[in-house]
Amino acid sequence: MAVIEIKNVAKRFGEYQALHDINLTIADQEFMVLLGASGCGKSTLLRIICGLETATEGEIWIGGKRVDHLAPKDRGISMVFQNYAVFPHLTVFENIGFGLRMQKMSNDDVKRRVERTAGLMHIEQLLTRYSGELSGGQRQRVAVARALAMEPDVILMDEPLSNLDALLRMEMRAELKGVLAESNTTAIYVTHDQVEAMSMADRISVMHEGKIVQAASPIEVYRNPAAEFVAGFIGNPPMNFLEATPQGGGKFSVAGHSFDGPSAANSNLQFAIRPEDMTLAENGFPAVAKVVEPLGAHLLVTCELDGKLFRAILDSEMQVKPGETLKLAPVKDRIRWFDPETTLAVA
Amino acid sequence: MNPRLLPYVLILPVTLFLCLFFLYPFVLVAQQAFSNGSGFTMSNFRDVTEHWKFPISLKNTFLLALAVVPIQLALSLLMATMVTKMKKGRDLILYVWTIPLGISDLAAGIIWLAIFEQSGFLNSMMGGLGLIDSPTNFLSYTSPVMVFVAIMLAEIWRATAIMLVILVAGIGLIPKEYYEAGEVFGATPWQRFLKITLPMLRPSLQTALVLRVILAFEVFAVVQALGGTLFPVLMGETYAYQFELLNGGAAAAIALIILAISITFTLIIMRALRVPKGATI
Repeated sequence: MAVIEIKNVAKRFGEYQALHDINLTIADQEFMVLLGASGCGKSTLLRIICGLETATEGEIWIGGKRVDHLAPKDRGISMVFQNYAVFPHLTVFENIGFGLRMQKMSNDDVKRRVERTAGLMHIEQLLTRYSGELSGGQRQRVAVARALAMEPDVILMDEPLSNLDALLRMEMRAELKGVLAESNTTAIYVTHDQVEAMSMADRISVMHEGKIVQAASPIEVYRNPAAEFVAGFIGNPPMNFLEATPQGGGKFSVAGHSFDGPSAANSNLQFAIRPEDMTLAENGFPAVAKVVEPLGAHLLVTCELDGKLFRAILDSEMQVKPGETLKLAPVKDRIRWFDPETTLAVA
Repeated sequence: MNPRLLPYVLILPVTLFLCLFFLYPFVLVAQQAFSNGSGFTMSNFRDVTEHWKFPISLKNTFLLALAVVPIQLALSLLMATMVTKMKKGRDLILYVWTIPLGISDLAAGIIWLAIFEQSGFLNSMMGGLGLIDSPTNFLSYTSPVMVFVAIMLAEIWRATAIMLVILVAGIGLIPKEYYEAGEVFGATPWQRFLKITLPMLRPSLQTALVLRVILAFEVFAVVQALGGTLFPVLMGETYAYQFELLNGGAAAAIALIILAISITFTLIIMRALRVPKGATI
């Protein structure tokens, strides 16, 4: 049982403010992904929770106990490192059992636990090998097994799959999610890969410039981005933005078309729509196709609309040529609005 | 040029140099050691090993190596760990600590002689503090322990830095993530040193120890300056045979004995600190 509470955590490195007033509660056994571009502070936050870094301000609570003054080993956590940090001078067995040995656990118990976790990660046959004799994927499994062997309340992962090739990453993603769900641990997973975040997370915390911009379920983050940054970061390609000017009565003019917008707003807004939420319709926006990318499952068309680049995902059967003018209409209930002043979503 | 030949061509000059100035003289020395002018003989070896001073100088050489090298190993490990932890001034400290490396061993001996001799710094300091009434001769035949301690100190002062430099470089190569993993999985700083630093430092420890042990068996000038004839060592005997007794054959024989000891210990160290098969460090 371990709820993690991050209360008013800030971190400064000299003049540089890496984290601003972070508040986040992670439920017991939740799989939380910290998602953001490099330099957004996600790894710093993870290292503060872990105890490898100390916060300049704020508190960390794990399982109802304040831990920010405790050493990493007394926090009930374990960690999977980005470069695995599998000790090259120890066998796989001793690597997985490293933390248990440090706890002075008896040989029999170490053996039992190591064999069980190795079984979970399907590396029983590698126990006598050294890390230099393993592939990247196998090393990754050892690193996860070592963390699981501690039977921690919380498991922290810092971009654990980023060094694997694409196919292996997809395979490990599903497997890791399964293993973690079975181990009943709370997990915090740092990544810059939104596909990883979307597919694995119970909740995603999108981080930007040392702040958490939105913490919500993957589908919520995708469908209802809380801020322009999230809308422009999540999704491949991300949301399209167009200028919207108020016409009164909750109506907004977007590229010459009128849409129902947030009734309370009476200033310029950003109209946002996902590329896949565009359909061809007679009364749509006239958009000139610039680049046509047939991606197999669908067709990605980059057009010019209202003087800006605008992307639409269309059916792969469509025949579109560059230079052609398309009539694109948004799916009405998928339209989102952002206030350019605050960059936040307006309903 | 054939790319497969290129590496060999590139090492050719060095190989030639070594053959000419190392291998060839070595063969000459070996020849000298095993001959008496007419043919093969072991008489040179018999002569030097049966001499009454041989067991003493052999014992002294080993004793000194045994007393000095472990202390230097511990000291250089401690110093290397400290230097690695420093954020500022690290280079300056390292320069200061490695100053003795730039001083010849005879000069080092003379510096420590200036401290320990009857009119030396130590005597005048103790006299000035009123600890002693009259200067004592620390380095006399009546105080062999003191002579040994003085030589030990000089050797430690002079030759710890060479190990330090190798170990600092070695520690610098260990990725920080291993220590973080150690910390997260509950290793105390001491355990991290024992379970991570030491094993991962094995290749550097090998180099440092081999180098240092070989130098310890070749110890000469420092001993000569501080102990003179009070503390005979093997290399001193080589010198005496060659230049005082003008017996080149015997000098060559002792030199080969020292070489054999050095090779033996090199092999022992390499074996003791070998990286387990399959492990990559």
